[in-house]
Amino acid sequence: MSPTPTLAAPPGDVAREGGRRPRRPLRRSPALTGWAYAAPTAIFVLIFFVVPFLLVGRMSVSDWGLFAGNRGWNAPENFTSAMDDRMFWPAVWFTLKYTVVTTVILLGLSLGLALIVQESTRWNGLLRTAFLVPGALGLASASLLFYALYSPQASPLGFLGIDSFLGTPSAALWSTVALIVWRFAGFYMLLVLVGLQGISGDVYEAARLDGAGRWQVFRYVTLPLLRPSLALCTILCVTGSMLAFDQFYILTKGGPDNSTVTIVQLVYNMAFGGQNDLGRAAALSILVLVALLVVNALQFRNLRGREG
Amino acid sequence: MSRNLLLRTPQHVLTGALAIVFLFPLAWASVASVSPQAGTAQTDGWGLGNYQTLADYQAGIGQYLFNSTLVSTLTVLFTLTVSVLGGYAFAMFRFPGRNVLFLLTLAILMVPYATLLIPLYVLLNELGLQNSLIGLALVLAMFQLPFGTLMMRVSFEAVPTELREAALIDGCGSVRALRLVLLPAVKPGLITVGLFAFLAAWNDFITPLVLISDSDKVPLPLAVANLRGQVMGIVDYGATEAGVVVLALPCVLLFLALQRHYVRGFMSGALKG
Repeated sequence: MSPTPTLAAPPGDVAREGGRRPRRPLRRSPALTGWAYAAPTAIFVLIFFVVPFLLVGRMSVSDWGLFAGNRGWNAPENFTSAMDDRMFWPAVWFTLKYTVVTTVILLGLSLGLALIVQESTRWNGLLRTAFLVPGALGLASASLLFYALYSPQASPLGFLGIDSFLGTPSAALWSTVALIVWRFAGFYMLLVLVGLQGISGDVYEAARLDGAGRWQVFRYVTLPLLRPSLALCTILCVTGSMLAFDQFYILTKGGPDNSTVTIVQLVYNMAFGGQNDLGRAAALSILVLVALLVVNALQFRNLRGREG
Repeated sequence: MSRNLLLRTPQHVLTGALAIVFLFPLAWASVASVSPQAGTAQTDGWGLGNYQTLADYQAGIGQYLFNSTLVSTLTVLFTLTVSVLGGYAFAMFRFPGRNVLFLLTLAILMVPYATLLIPLYVLLNELGLQNSLIGLALVLAMFQLPFGTLMMRVSFEAVPTELREAALIDGCGSVRALRLVLLPAVKPGLITVGLFAFLAAWNDFITPLVLISDSDKVPLPLAVANLRGQVMGIVDYGATEAGVVVLALPCVLLFLALQRHYVRGFMSGALKG
């Protein structure tokens, strides 16, 4: 599981079920046959998702060491001590800052790119490919690439006149944002393009007949009709950024001076990075889960509320 | 016309420059990987020296490539097998618990990997799958199931009913109908799911970081990351770039070859949001 934004689940898919035409069963005992085909999914989901999901809840209220295992109940100590951690609020604050910066820049840039290459010409096809190619790289590979790109010894970026790309807290933040923008701009451009292609030509024509200029068409026709696409980009980008790990683990290791420790990095450190406290890490990771669900619920409401 | 041209030329120049900025890091990594690097161990001129350093590193690049290839192949196999069977079940059959199971599969998307990796570490230890590439592939395949199952379900549902009925009238059971008639019809979906599973497994970083502790069992991204600053903070940037090229090359080639599937897969996920 890479922190590439996960594709959104279709909220309407199951609800649609009722209205579907009745399906002709392929065999006489469709229920049994159906279960036979679904069995591998059920086993997989049960063992590798449901059990761990219940286990993390159990671990979050237990004194659970990395090597010592379960040493008994201690609720709600893990939660309070996770939040009392010296790095908790700095990590929350940094993750939020990083999320806002990344989302604003990525959204603006990908909207711009999509508007530039929206017409289907050969030249635009080449441009789209150029913007999309970084997205083929893994986030870890991209981070390793930029790690060398930013190094004082090997860097070809001397002409930019930047002394240190990762040496100060703000340089480290912006350098990481640059990496993420490079890696994901093409992805989000593609999402916006899908939205642009969904707008019918008639709407533009009507607007032009009414005497709207280019800017007015963009402001009053394109932008409102793109709202669902942009909202989806926001959800994916916010989710991905809130769970940021690879890029900071590789580029900064949380430094300089712990200034770029994200929440997931903190979870990792609590569990495997020296503290070896799985119970506390489980408690913190449940807080992450809850925060993510709340943020996504708010955004989904926004996405659906404005659509109709 | 001339006004149009006047407007367009600066736009072409600007977007061309933007495209070069986007391609520059990849081009530089390719060049840097065969160049002598100032201030690193590698100073003997242009050539494959950086790749040699990478190959000499601990267990060696061959071992890491083998680990990555094995994990990715297994992940693709697990993902495709489970997604095809599950997608077929959800698309074609009604059975008790169907909606619950489908929703549970999709719910994997809602739970951050950071939340699941901690109990998965404990669970794999209990199952005797710690430090095992098979265990790693099983976990990676689980994370691919929401997209895979959804994609295959939609693909099977898009197959015309007539095609299925014809297979039944000709006396096919559900297994033969799946194998002979339906699988060829959902080939684009299979390619998309396989491609996404491969890229996710090949590129994954945090899962092996947590689940694999033997240094000769780690996949390539971890091995390349481990090149940095192990000894006295000295970093071999040349070898790192060589590693990035080895990591990126299959992904970029796959992307260019299957661009249409890649875009379609991404959009089919997006459109449903």
